[in-house]
Amino acid sequence: MLCPYPDRDRHSVNTILATDCGSTTTKAILIRRREDHWRLIARGEAPTTVEAPFDDVTVGVLNAASELEELTGGSFVHDGGLKIGDNGEGAGLYVSTSSAGGGLQMLVTGVVKTMTAESAQRAALGAGAIVIDVLAVDDGREDHEKIERIRSLRPDMILVSGGTEGGTISHLLDAAEILRAAAPKPRLGRGFQLPVIYAGNTDARQAFADILGGAAKLTFVENLRPTLEHENLEPAREAIHQLFLEHVMAQAPGYDKLLEWTSAPVMATPAAVGEMVKLAAAAGNLNVLAVDIGGATTDVFSVFDGQFTRTVSANLGMSYSISNVLAESGLAGIARWIPFAVDEADLRNRLRNKMIRPTTVPQTIDDLLIEQAVAREALRLAFAQHRQLAVGLKGVQRRRTVGEAFSQETSGEGLVDMMRLNLVIGSGGVLSHAPRREQAALMMIDAFQPEGITELAVDSIFMMPQLGVLAQIMPEAAHEVFRRDCLIPVGTVIAPVGKVKRGGAAIWVSGERGEVEVKSGELKVVALGVGQQMQITVRPARALDVGAGSGKPLTATIRGGVVGVIVDARGRPLEIPVVERAETLRRWLRDAGADPVVPRAAGET
Amino acid sequence: MPTAYTPGLTIAADTVVRKERLLPIRGEVLVAQGQLVDADAPIARAMRPGNLTSVKVSERLGIDPSELPSALLKSEGDAVEAGEVIAQTRSFFGLFHSACEAPVKGVIEHISPLSGYVAIREEPVPLETVAHISGRVARIIEGSGAVIETRAALVQGIFGVGGERRGVLRVGARGPDEPFDPALAGEDARGAILVGGASADGPSLAAAARAGAAGMIVGGIADIDLRAFVGYDIGVAVTGQEAVPFTLIMTEGFGRVPMARATFELLASLAGKSASIDGATQIRAGVIRPEVIVPLGDTKPGAAPPRRALDAAGQLAVGAQVRLIREPYFGRLAVVTGLPAEPQQIETEARVRVAEVELGDGRKVLVPRANIEMVHGQAPE
Repeated sequence: MLCPYPDRDRHSVNTILATDCGSTTTKAILIRRREDHWRLIARGEAPTTVEAPFDDVTVGVLNAASELEELTGGSFVHDGGLKIGDNGEGAGLYVSTSSAGGGLQMLVTGVVKTMTAESAQRAALGAGAIVIDVLAVDDGREDHEKIERIRSLRPDMILVSGGTEGGTISHLLDAAEILRAAAPKPRLGRGFQLPVIYAGNTDARQAFADILGGAAKLTFVENLRPTLEHENLEPAREAIHQLFLEHVMAQAPGYDKLLEWTSAPVMATPAAVGEMVKLAAAAGNLNVLAVDIGGATTDVFSVFDGQFTRTVSANLGMSYSISNVLAESGLAGIARWIPFAVDEADLRNRLRNKMIRPTTVPQTIDDLLIEQAVAREALRLAFAQHRQLAVGLKGVQRRRTVGEAFSQETSGEGLVDMMRLNLVIGSGGVLSHAPRREQAALMMIDAFQPEGITELAVDSIFMMPQLGVLAQIMPEAAHEVFRRDCLIPVGTVIAPVGKVKRGGAAIWVSGERGEVEVKSGELKVVALGVGQQMQITVRPARALDVGAGSGKPLTATIRGGVVGVIVDARGRPLEIPVVERAETLRRWLRDAGADPVVPRAAGET
Repeated sequence: MPTAYTPGLTIAADTVVRKERLLPIRGEVLVAQGQLVDADAPIARAMRPGNLTSVKVSERLGIDPSELPSALLKSEGDAVEAGEVIAQTRSFFGLFHSACEAPVKGVIEHISPLSGYVAIREEPVPLETVAHISGRVARIIEGSGAVIETRAALVQGIFGVGGERRGVLRVGARGPDEPFDPALAGEDARGAILVGGASADGPSLAAAARAGAAGMIVGGIADIDLRAFVGYDIGVAVTGQEAVPFTLIMTEGFGRVPMARATFELLASLAGKSASIDGATQIRAGVIRPEVIVPLGDTKPGAAPPRRALDAAGQLAVGAQVRLIREPYFGRLAVVTGLPAEPQQIETEARVRVAEVELGDGRKVLVPRANIEMVHGQAPE
């Protein structure tokens, strides 16, 4: 793992420049030390320049840094490079993440789809990769189909897993034969050898290498599933990080220069975001769910009881991939979130036009509400995919707690428990830049349907990637800016699980300011500002549960935010009525303060 | 402050187009620098190594991988026919035997007593790349291909489906704001690239397909009609490989959108000339736009520089002609009349950088700069 910046150097740094080179945009942030506190000073951005006619990522970095110069009056660019070194001007330190050029695209293989292949998938995703396919002995494909598939894909890297220690050898040799026959070519860099990480049964290492021959650059790491009961993902993740830097990044245009400028190794963007999510979970001992919804992909991160899981839905996003949301959800899936009647042909054309002109922004309220409807579906689908992978190890016999009964069932139980979820963090343009934070809150609530008592936050300007890489060498600066400037507390949502007759009393929330009753099918917002806390008692109706059991009251201390406390008695699972759908959606928007047609009440922020 | 995008598509009446024509693997270049080539001329050729087919012989024979060498009838380097027995075992005094046949014709490349596999390399497959545009060979790329250069009219579209096609341009619409009319293309449609106007609906697309058109260029297509044309919903915006009867290029966007007048008039002025088109589009990580290239014929070495190039990408300034690319003004043309420096609140309550533009009817409106695309040579509607 990376080392913190040496104390001697760290104390002399007062200005930090950090960039995230995205597939479309390069985002730069400037952080300064002010009276022993680190604060965000400004943010600039410019189009990413990995592609022709520039073919050099550093052009976009310099453009984004130039924008910081305009905004701050500082001087960060000189003679075609960045000014690094705190000699009065320039930045004392420069760090960067990258997902430009499609990010890190990996193919993973395993023996059993739900065991070693799934562990390999988790390792790759945790390291910030987009997994473009998962091959396994039992995936239903013939060998020749797998070979064709590998040939048609052009991964940046391959992760091979399979066999517990002392287990199967022959299946790994089969995988070697398939790889050898496919002779996969890397996506970037003509003539360079594709990195293959072997993280399978150590007994099969030598034979695997013999069969693969010189067809790839082979790296051995410890078995990522040494026993059925144990996953050991970190060595594989470390190797992925290392090879990403040494091979993949080195092939991307301009990265040789970028790597010279940075004060720490460049990280894959999702890996850096993951670091910040882990940090948020560890700092408060919380169960956290975080999402980063971009134009092309949606990343979902969760930490439950300290166990980190990251998934990426490579084709769910708000611009490049918006049509794929349509293809996966169907028109009805999107239309059910739109609070007015929609014409299918018109809606299809609008979504397609966003796909081909991805940088446009909604100008009308209808367009805004359509985009927010798409966001709900993209988030919902990405979260469903996340829950499929955020599971305990499969194939493990578990001892049950009740009566110590020994169950013969395989496990693979979901790690995500919405009732035990403490915090949801939303990031990405449609959430970070929603005109009203209430809209971001409602999108997250509708898509994830948190249960019980859950805090909500948004990444103010989408800077978790830059802070994630900074945390590797200057953790205190990254933590401070994350806490003070990055995360905006939106508030707390209280949502009982279950159903009672619509219109009947569902929940009573009482605190020092009195009691609020919310009827079934409604939601209500109670003001509680940023930094404020309140002890409350929540009493659900007999059939409902807020975490203490059906009908049982729960006392808790909750925190406020820019929206406040959202008491959501619409039921879990949330059902959108077919009759009077548009009117109901409009009422929910209005009650949450998220309807752009209804002006904000005086004094609201 | 975020930098607003002012993307644009190239519409050039007379420019120099250079196309790299490369083999996917190394091979032999068939042309010489300075040589004049037709669009169909082969530029480079290679023999792609045949597929490697792995046969798990030990499993088929029911033996241990280490026993494989004694069961094999062939050695590495031997040629085999499809169906030929390559290994067999005998048991019970030779009364029973099991055999393994080669599933494909080829050469045995590898035998593995570790895994029990035999790998057979199939015959090489010839690959060829053609010029696609007529012109002059400007540069040879050793072992890979060449750069072909030509003076041409160039029109970039916004979205397309289908790959490279070539044909004669025929006009099939009465104007840029009129729909494609199959009757106008008539019998000349076979092998032609049809210039529609604002749009083409499902029946018109079907008529063009029946007539054997090689391509069509229109302002816009309703997504519902595109779905019927392609046969499925396009999910990810990477196209060019669709099995469609002809290559379809949209110049403006989805829906019925008038083709930019300059584009229509340029294409109409080139009717009867041979065009090379490609519908391949990629909107993510390396933008590729569909394109129409019409070589102008003057391809002698040292030809005069282009007379006029209308590269639409440029700086947004007062007086610039723009297309509005988002509701409520989607597809409208306008002139920039003001560029306020400070972000302004728009109807959605978002604060964004805006431009003040004058529409064709004289109305002045504010639009986000992100929703503007530069165009040239065109008056507001």
